[in-house]
Amino acid sequence: MQSAIFSRIGWLLVAVLGAAAVGGIALNRGESINALWFIAAAVCVYALAYRFYSAWIAAKVLVLDETRATPAERFDNGRDFVPTNRWVVFGHHFAAIAGPGPLIGPTLAAQFGYLPGTLWILAGAVLGGCVQDMVIMFFSTRRDGRSLGQMARGELGPIGGMAALVGTLMIMVILIAVLGLVVVNAMKHSPWATSTVAATIPIAVLVGLYMRNIRPGRVLEGSLLGVALLLFAVAGGGWIDQNATLRPLFDHDGLTLAWLVIGYGFLAAILPVWLLLAPRDYLSTFLKLGTILLLAVAIVVLRPEIKMPALTQFIDGTGPIFGGSVFPFVFITIACGAVSGFHSLISSGTTPKLLANERDIRMIGYGGMLLESFVAIMAMIAATVLDPGVFFAINSPAGVVGKEAADAVAKISSWGFPVTVEQMELLARDMGEKTLFARTGGAPSLAVGMASIFSSAFGQGWLSMWYHFAIMFEAVFILTTLDAGTRVGRFMLQDFLGNFSPRMGQTSWYPSVLFTSGVIVAAWGYFLYIGVIDPNGGVNILWPLFGISNQMLAAIALSVATGILVKSGRLRYAWVTGVPLAWLAIVTSTAAWEKIMSADVRIGFFAAANDMAAKLAAGELPPEKAAVAPQLIFNQQLDAWLTIFFVVVLWVVIFDMLRVCARHLQGKPVPPLSESPHEPSRLVEDWVRD
Amino acid sequence: MLHKFWQFIRSLSGDDAYERYLRHHAEAHPHEAAPGRKEFFRREQERKWNGVRRCC
Repeated sequence: MQSAIFSRIGWLLVAVLGAAAVGGIALNRGESINALWFIAAAVCVYALAYRFYSAWIAAKVLVLDETRATPAERFDNGRDFVPTNRWVVFGHHFAAIAGPGPLIGPTLAAQFGYLPGTLWILAGAVLGGCVQDMVIMFFSTRRDGRSLGQMARGELGPIGGMAALVGTLMIMVILIAVLGLVVVNAMKHSPWATSTVAATIPIAVLVGLYMRNIRPGRVLEGSLLGVALLLFAVAGGGWIDQNATLRPLFDHDGLTLAWLVIGYGFLAAILPVWLLLAPRDYLSTFLKLGTILLLAVAIVVLRPEIKMPALTQFIDGTGPIFGGSVFPFVFITIACGAVSGFHSLISSGTTPKLLANERDIRMIGYGGMLLESFVAIMAMIAATVLDPGVFFAINSPAGVVGKEAADAVAKISSWGFPVTVEQMELLARDMGEKTLFARTGGAPSLAVGMASIFSSAFGQGWLSMWYHFAIMFEAVFILTTLDAGTRVGRFMLQDFLGNFSPRMGQTSWYPSVLFTSGVIVAAWGYFLYIGVIDPNGGVNILWPLFGISNQMLAAIALSVATGILVKSGRLRYAWVTGVPLAWLAIVTSTAAWEKIMSADVRIGFFAAANDMAAKLAAGELPPEKAAVAPQLIFNQQLDAWLTIFFVVVLWVVIFDMLRVCARHLQGKPVPPLSESPHEPSRLVEDWVRD
Repeated sequence: MLHKFWQFIRSLSGDDAYERYLRHHAEAHPHEAAPGRKEFFRREQERKWNGVRRCC
C-alpha cells in the first residue's frame, strides 16, 4: 500500500518535471536554453508513455499472453528461430532500426528552429512510431513471424500486399539515393574524409576474411580489430591530407564521387556477403552503438547551450535548405525518429523470430523506438548548439545563397543570423577542411556539432579528429544501408521476375544477379546523379520525397494493424493505430499536394520544371546551367509523378482497409484472421527471467 | 558478474552463435554430426543477409 503511494508520487513528479521541461522549451523566446532541458523533457515523456500508454496497449488492446508459445519456441531451429534473452533481442532490434535517418532528418528540420522538430519527435514517437513498431511486432509474432507484405496480403487482400511490395521497393531506391548524396556532399573536395571513407572498404574486406578464414565466426575479435583499424584510418586521413603526392588522389568533385559510389554500390551488391556487406555491418553496428552512447554522455557532461531560436522566420516556407512551410513539411522531414514506416519491415519478419515471450514485445517494440527517438533528439541538440549563422552557412546550397563565401555570409547575415567569412574559415581550419560552405545534407553540420560537443566534453583540441571521426561514423553506416538496401531491392526484383521466368528468380544465377543488381543501382544512381548536378543541392528534392515514401509505408503498416484490430473485434481500440494513420494520411497528402500543385518554384515540382523550361527557352540561363537544364526539367516532372504515385498507393491501401473493415462490421465475408492457434509455452516455467 | 556481462556482449554480437547452435543441435538431432564452425558461420551469413536487415 505504502509503496503504491510512493510510486504514484514518483510518477507525479516525473509528470510535473516533464511538463515543466516541455513548457520551458516551448515557451522560451530570445534567450539561449540549456540542452539538459531537452534531455529532461524527452526522458520524462518517454518514461510516462512507456509506463502508462504502452502498458495499457499491451494489456487492453493487444492482450499480450505470456503463456502462449512464440514462433521462436515453436519453430526453434538454432538459427533464425531462437528464443533469445530480451536484452539481446532489444540490442539486435535497435541496431537494425536505427540508421542515419534519425540523425539527418532533425538536422535538416532545424531550419524551422528547434521547437517544431523537437515536439514532433516526442509526440510522433510515443503516439505513432512506437505504437506502430509494437503493434506490428505483435501481429507478426501471432502469425509465425510473417513479413509486413505477407500480412498485408493475408489480412487485406492482394491489393494491400502489392502496395506493400511496390512501396518497399520504391522507398529503398529513394532512400539509397538520398543517403548516397549525403555521403558525396560530405566527401566533396575533402581528401581527409574521402580517404577515410575509402579505407573502410579494405578494412571491411580484411575483417570479412578474418571472420571467415582465419578465425571463423569470431565476431568480437574481428570487429574489435576492424574498429581499431577504422580509428587508425581517421588519423591516417589527416596525414594523407597533408601529403602533397597522395592528397590529389582523394580530392574529387561531387560528380566523380557520385560515380564512385554508384560503382561501389554495384560491386557490393554482386560480391558475396561475407566479403564486404556482413563485416561492414558488424563494424557499423559497433560504431553506431558506441558513438550514440558517447554522444549522450558528452551532452550530459557538457550541458551545451542551444543557440538556435525556438522558431525561425523559415516556418513560412522560405527556408534555404528545403522549401515548404512548417506544416506539413516538418512532419515529412522528420520521419525516422518520430514515425518510420521502414521499421515495420524489421518489426515483422525479423525480430519476432527471436522473441522468447510475448510480453517482451512491449519493451522491444515500444522501447526500441523510444531509444531511436532519443537519438533524434540528440541529433537536434547537436545541430542547434551551432551558431545559427554557421548552421545555415554549412547547410544552404550554393544555388540559394551564392557560390562565393562573401555572398553567402552576406545573405545569411541579412536573415538575422550573423556569420563572417573569417569565422567560417577558422571553423573549416579547425575541422581540417578547406571549406564548410554548402555542404548540404546534414552530415557535415552534424559532424561539426558532434565534434564541438566531443572536444569540449573530452578535452579541447582534436577538433579535426572528432570531425572526421563523425564523418566516418556516418559514412560507414550510410554505406551499410546502401549495400544492404541494394541487395534487398535485388532480391525483391528477382522474386518478382521469378513469376515470369523461373530462372530470373534464382538468387544465385549470375546473369540474373548482374541484371537485377544493375537495374536497382541504375534506379538510385539516377537520382543520385541528378542530385549532384542540381545547383540547389538535390537534398531539397530527395529528402521530402523520401519522407513522403517513408510515411506512406508507415500508413500501409498502420492500415494493416487497424484492419486486424477491427477484424478481431477490437473496434473500440482501433483509434490506437487509426489516429496516427489519419494524421500521417493528412500530412503526407498535404505535403504531396503542395509538392505537385504549388506555384512556388522551390516547392512545386511542376512549377519548378515549367519555370526552368521557360528560362531555358528565353535564353536566361548561364551556359553551365543551360547544359544540365533539360535533365533537371525531366527529373522535376518525374518526381512529381512519383509523388502522385505514392499518394495514390497510400489512399488505395487506406480505402482497401476501410472496405475490409466495413464488410466485416456488416457481417460480410472478409479474408479470415491468419493468427496461428494458441499453443501453451513450455518455456514459461523453466525460463530464467533476467 | 563480469562473466555474465561478457556472455551478454557475446550473444549481443553473435559471437556465441555457434555454441548456441551446438546446444540446440545436441538436443534436436543427437544422432547426426553437427556442421563445423566454419561451415555454420558461412551458412548463417548467407541466411542473415537474405532479407531486410537494416533501416534508414
